[in-house]
Amino acid sequence: MASESIALSTHRSPLATIYEWLATVDHKRIGLMYIAYGLLFLAVMGTMAMLMRIQLARPNAAFLSPEVFNRLFTMHGTTGVFFVAMPILFGFGNYLIPLMIGSRDMAFPRLNSFGLWMTVVGGVLLYASLFAGEGFWKAGTAPDVGWFAYAPLTETAFSSGHSTDFWTLSLLLSGFGSIATGINFIATILCMRCPGMKLSRMPLLAWMFLVVGGLILVTISPLTAAQFMLMIDRYLGGHFFDTQAGGSAILWIHFFWIFGHPEVYILILPAFAFTSEIIPVFSRKTIFGYAAMVAATVSIGFISLGVWAHHMFTVGMPSYGNAFFVFTTMAIAVPTGIKIFNWLATMWGGKIRFTVPMLFCVAFLFQFLVAGLTGVMLAAAPFNWQLGSSYFVVAHFHYVIVGAILFAIFAAFYYWFPKMTGRLLNETLGKWHFWLFVIGFHLTFDFMHIPGLLGMPRRIYTYEAGRGWEIWNLIVLVGAVFQAAAILLFVYNLIYSYFRGAPAGNDPWDAWTLEWSTNSPPPEYNFATIPAVRSRRPLWDIKHPEDPDWKYE
Amino acid sequence: MVVFSLLLYAAIKFRQRKHDDNNDFEPPQIYGSNQIELAWTVVPVIIVLVLFVSAAQVIHRVQDARRPKRTIEVTAVGHQYWWEYQYTQFGFVTSNELHIPVSDPPNSTPTFIGLQSADVDHSFWVPRLAGKTDLIPNHPNSMWIDPQNPGIYLGQCAQFCGVQHAKMLLRVYVDRQADFDRWVHEQQQDGVSDPSVADGAGLFTDKGCFVCHTIRGTAAQGQIGPDLTHIMSRDTLGAGLVPITRENLRRWIRDPGVFKPGSLMPAQDLTDQELDKITAYLLTLR
Repeated sequence: MASESIALSTHRSPLATIYEWLATVDHKRIGLMYIAYGLLFLAVMGTMAMLMRIQLARPNAAFLSPEVFNRLFTMHGTTGVFFVAMPILFGFGNYLIPLMIGSRDMAFPRLNSFGLWMTVVGGVLLYASLFAGEGFWKAGTAPDVGWFAYAPLTETAFSSGHSTDFWTLSLLLSGFGSIATGINFIATILCMRCPGMKLSRMPLLAWMFLVVGGLILVTISPLTAAQFMLMIDRYLGGHFFDTQAGGSAILWIHFFWIFGHPEVYILILPAFAFTSEIIPVFSRKTIFGYAAMVAATVSIGFISLGVWAHHMFTVGMPSYGNAFFVFTTMAIAVPTGIKIFNWLATMWGGKIRFTVPMLFCVAFLFQFLVAGLTGVMLAAAPFNWQLGSSYFVVAHFHYVIVGAILFAIFAAFYYWFPKMTGRLLNETLGKWHFWLFVIGFHLTFDFMHIPGLLGMPRRIYTYEAGRGWEIWNLIVLVGAVFQAAAILLFVYNLIYSYFRGAPAGNDPWDAWTLEWSTNSPPPEYNFATIPAVRSRRPLWDIKHPEDPDWKYE
Repeated sequence: MVVFSLLLYAAIKFRQRKHDDNNDFEPPQIYGSNQIELAWTVVPVIIVLVLFVSAAQVIHRVQDARRPKRTIEVTAVGHQYWWEYQYTQFGFVTSNELHIPVSDPPNSTPTFIGLQSADVDHSFWVPRLAGKTDLIPNHPNSMWIDPQNPGIYLGQCAQFCGVQHAKMLLRVYVDRQADFDRWVHEQQQDGVSDPSVADGAGLFTDKGCFVCHTIRGTAAQGQIGPDLTHIMSRDTLGAGLVPITRENLRRWIRDPGVFKPGSLMPAQDLTDQELDKITAYLLTLR
């Protein structure tokens, strides 16, 4: 008869199941929906990138009109930051935080749901713009002002119609969703840890998301304010950014980058969180220098609030202003470097198992290092005067977002998919995914630095022959094809393994944090009894009673 | 390089081998080391300080450079999607092709370019001459170049400014002093007035071209589009797009969208004859 009670819950009509998912406040389901939403837009964003690279593969190509191209890069950037990276990363955060701190759910489950659906509405609104105006095949009235939408290009004088408004409103709405998530992260991590889990005993992932929560609150607010100011300019007769009436274009630039820089730390810290959990497990060693990692994370959080004008070196600030931001930007490389050294030291002397998650983490280490180097180069304002707004910058930030963040996200998928679904992702397909993507990534983004060095600015829909840019743009396209193939393999792996993957059990990786102590997938209540912990690696203590962590911490 | 080689070394040396018989044992768990953390904090801090000081010195040298006595002063005004150059020192305005004299180190004559915008943000980037500086409406900027080799230097607008941002090209002609003086002298003259193209000159007024364009010495004093007084002294049309030939000029006037879709100059409703006459007139404006 016990099986009947389980059977009862599987015989629901599809409609009832859909309602269950839409109305859920369970952090695991919300997390999964965030991730699925982000993956869907990853496919869309990648397709946009492919179209742009086809257009740029040859000089003076006529594959795309300038109007469509300009809409594509605007949508690509906006989608990538707000509707791919943030949802996937917040999704993993929502899924993992309660499980890793021994809690039954987030502090505010309904607020969590609110955050998800605001993000969804924002994305839908942004894409609704494609179907308005001239219709889908000309990309409708999608915004075409670049993802940072510099004023006064966005004022009604230069952007008639509603394309800019789709951008403004969709980000306004999803911004509220992000703030909700930020509040939830902070409250959950500070208030819901299980007995014995002092702050100094919580997983590094929890520390990273705590700082992310703080950053979200501080950084989304200026963006929201700027959106309101822009709407006031466009519809209520304001002139904040309306230079024709004495307004300030620089004001928008400051507001945007005061948001924009910490935003990218909101994106990278979760990637650090994943690698900080995965690298120790596959090196079979505890993380080297936990306290230093925490200190570095918190420092990065603070310093990131003071570097924004390195996006503005060409705008005409006085020399001492530029110099200040050179200093802070280079300074943030110090705690970041400390983290890289600590991950390396974790691997050193370990017994490294090159499972697919570990492969992605090792590539992450190398690629993040390179991205940091080009970042330090760009931090030197005189260097930036040449290479800012060129393809060198585009290569740099994609190196971080794809080479570091996306690789860490892939690692997280392979590592935690077994926990989420009870099945392992296929290791062979995973290795094909990894190698194809590494080849594609390097073909595209290594060589993309070169046109920048040769003078190619960003956001141009075509270029003349004879500038020396053609061959590099072609190589970039070839790399994109490899990446597309890799992603298709990955999606296939996700679907195939969901139905036919090898059963994972509770703890397929022999790991040490609390999520591996419960079932795969976890029951709705997460844990049968709330655990009590004595160290940072509760499962290590259980597996190694002769040599528990709490003796050394 | 150091970190990468360490990573590669660690990955290879510390990998778990299949034939390892002590796979059941975990390696020694090292929790950390304060001395090591200190070491790899202090060294990067020193590196950062060195890099910062050198960057700050260059910033100071570029942005706070003292102006020598003899400079060429030009004001560049960015428009969607062309460049206006005001040579107030010499009393004329031109467009799209910037001429400056080469600068000899002992008596350097750098060119100081004031940067303004008539509409949205632009950026002046000629890589082989200088780093870029933005042209921001309501926020005049300034940059200087000190070119020591004559020649043509190419660049383009480097801040997204709208649909034809990609075709807002820059051509900077660094001339020897004598050539530059001659060019200035020619530009200072009013527009050539050739009676054989009087029809075309008349059409220029009748068809409304004067509303946007200036031809000094005539009634055409429009400020919206490029100054055409000496259009035939330039090599290219449409901000560096195509060479100025009779055919290109004619096609441009009929419909600039053929070369630059989204250009703010509308297609002109002219008969073939009118088009021929206006083109013939413009061809005389050396």
